[in-house]
Amino acid sequence: MAVTATIVLRGRKVVGGRAEGEALVTRQTIPGWGGVNPVQGVITETQHELRGVSFKDKVLVCRGAKGSSGWSAMYHTARLAGTAPRALVFNEMTTKIALGAVVMRIPSVTDFDRDPLDIIDTGDWVIVDGDRGLVEVVKRTATQI
Amino acid sequence: MLILTDGEKRMLDGRDGKARRKAMQLLVRYAEALGAERFVDTRNVAGVPGSANPFLQNYYKDKSRDGLDAIFSHFDLDSDELVDVPPALVPTFHLQGGADPTAWQTLGVKVDVFRNHQEREAFAAQHDVGILKTCTPYLAGNVPAKGEHLAWMESSAVIYANSVLGARTNTEGRESTSAAMLTGKIPDWGLHRTEHRFGTHRIDVELDVSSVMDWGMLGYFVGDMVQERIPVLQGRFTRPDIVRLKHFGAAASSSGGVEMYHIVGVTPEAETLETAFGPKHPLEVFQYGRDEQRRVYDRLNTTGVDAAVDFVMLGCPHAAIEQLREAAQLLDGKKVSGNCHLWIFTSRAVKSQAHDEGITKTLGDAGAVLLTDTCSAFAQAVPPGTKVVALDSAKQAHYLPAILGVQAWFGTTRDCINAAVTGRWSADPPWQ
Repeated sequence: MAVTATIVLRGRKVVGGRAEGEALVTRQTIPGWGGVNPVQGVITETQHELRGVSFKDKVLVCRGAKGSSGWSAMYHTARLAGTAPRALVFNEMTTKIALGAVVMRIPSVTDFDRDPLDIIDTGDWVIVDGDRGLVEVVKRTATQI
Repeated sequence: MLILTDGEKRMLDGRDGKARRKAMQLLVRYAEALGAERFVDTRNVAGVPGSANPFLQNYYKDKSRDGLDAIFSHFDLDSDELVDVPPALVPTFHLQGGADPTAWQTLGVKVDVFRNHQEREAFAAQHDVGILKTCTPYLAGNVPAKGEHLAWMESSAVIYANSVLGARTNTEGRESTSAAMLTGKIPDWGLHRTEHRFGTHRIDVELDVSSVMDWGMLGYFVGDMVQERIPVLQGRFTRPDIVRLKHFGAAASSSGGVEMYHIVGVTPEAETLETAFGPKHPLEVFQYGRDEQRRVYDRLNTTGVDAAVDFVMLGCPHAAIEQLREAAQLLDGKKVSGNCHLWIFTSRAVKSQAHDEGITKTLGDAGAVLLTDTCSAFAQAVPPGTKVVALDSAKQAHYLPAILGVQAWFGTTRDCINAAVTGRWSADPPWQ
């Protein structure tokens, strides 16, 4: 039968708080300075699969961060400009994404029991509970079980 | 779980003043996000304290009478409260930023913007921050020792400090370096710890990699393959010098997030393949041969279409004195085409040496402009009307088309200087 599945992923708190929103998912790492326009909230890196896509108010689900040490300052600027994502769900911890999550002040979780990239698709509704390290995924499309 | 020393608790309690308290609060949030268990002391910080782009300048304009303390409080320290900023507690240096103090008009900087740059530079200097204004502090007076713990920004400087010098730093950010400047603390995580400095991936170089361009392409390949992991290179290559290592690292930290690499027999923590990997085994092995080189070359030239070149930019990362000498030799007795501009970026320290050696005059006589403090990507500055650029840096070729929407050709320094003189890109791929 077809059901709208809800899946819960368990991970580790990076930044506390609770937020929910539509998932924006990429298996690629997210660029910082030189690959993002923080005032518009859009990825600009020439060869990135999210080029031209806005992360404003999304739950950003990604492998991690890459590139310049200006990463945190770019996403910090996005927070001030009102274009930051609502929450971060990622696999690979680096100083860039840790500091970026801290200064964006958005609920963020990593170190999951299952790979969120295998479970969450762009458009799914995702609820991130940073303090408990829980990520609840409501699939957008009905799943055959 | 994060454990604090008595000194760290004192800063966090506010007994060493409000600004240090805010700095320590930020560092605690950051350390907890990382999952770090303690801090490490640092006496070598490189960042961009108090700097601001026009967006930040405007955003904080009305926040207080003293906009500079406001930017440092609210942005650098991510504090909701405005604090008086004390001088740096430990040796701290300002990386690239702002505009060339003598040729700012060439960069298209307006006078009021330049005055803001000057004010921010004075703010940094008043807070005991060394004004290096370069992405290559290791070529301008800040050369860390092996094993020294740093808190550095600038991905190309971080990878150089870890890999070539054997110093220890993660890629820090704007906020963490400014907090370290006031506290002398940084999370003891990642590359500060020996167990995280061993190689994770092996790269077998099956091609003679020798020129600066070769090393840039290899770096771009490696970064793409390993992302933020630690590659160990072995194989057929000519022993790299400072310029090649600088270019290699800058490329690897642009296409991926590489913060440390080992080259067997070259870098200080890789006397042998075994020491480079320590207790670890390679997760994957990648070959770099002719096919891989071709793919990298094509990627770096993805946006290059039109042969008419308007603008040539050299000096990414900032040129070493050897690179300025080479440019001067290639340009000696020649002139930059009337249809083209040639800008070369370096540090103030190296520019001063170039002046004393007569290099600046040779470059100037040929119509080239030697600039400091920034670069085209960082300042988003190219000559008016620029559509097609030529670059000898894989890092700049990665960033500039994304930032300014220009076409980019990537080649050797000689190819780029030929393009500047003729106004046309006519370089063949390196295998032809």
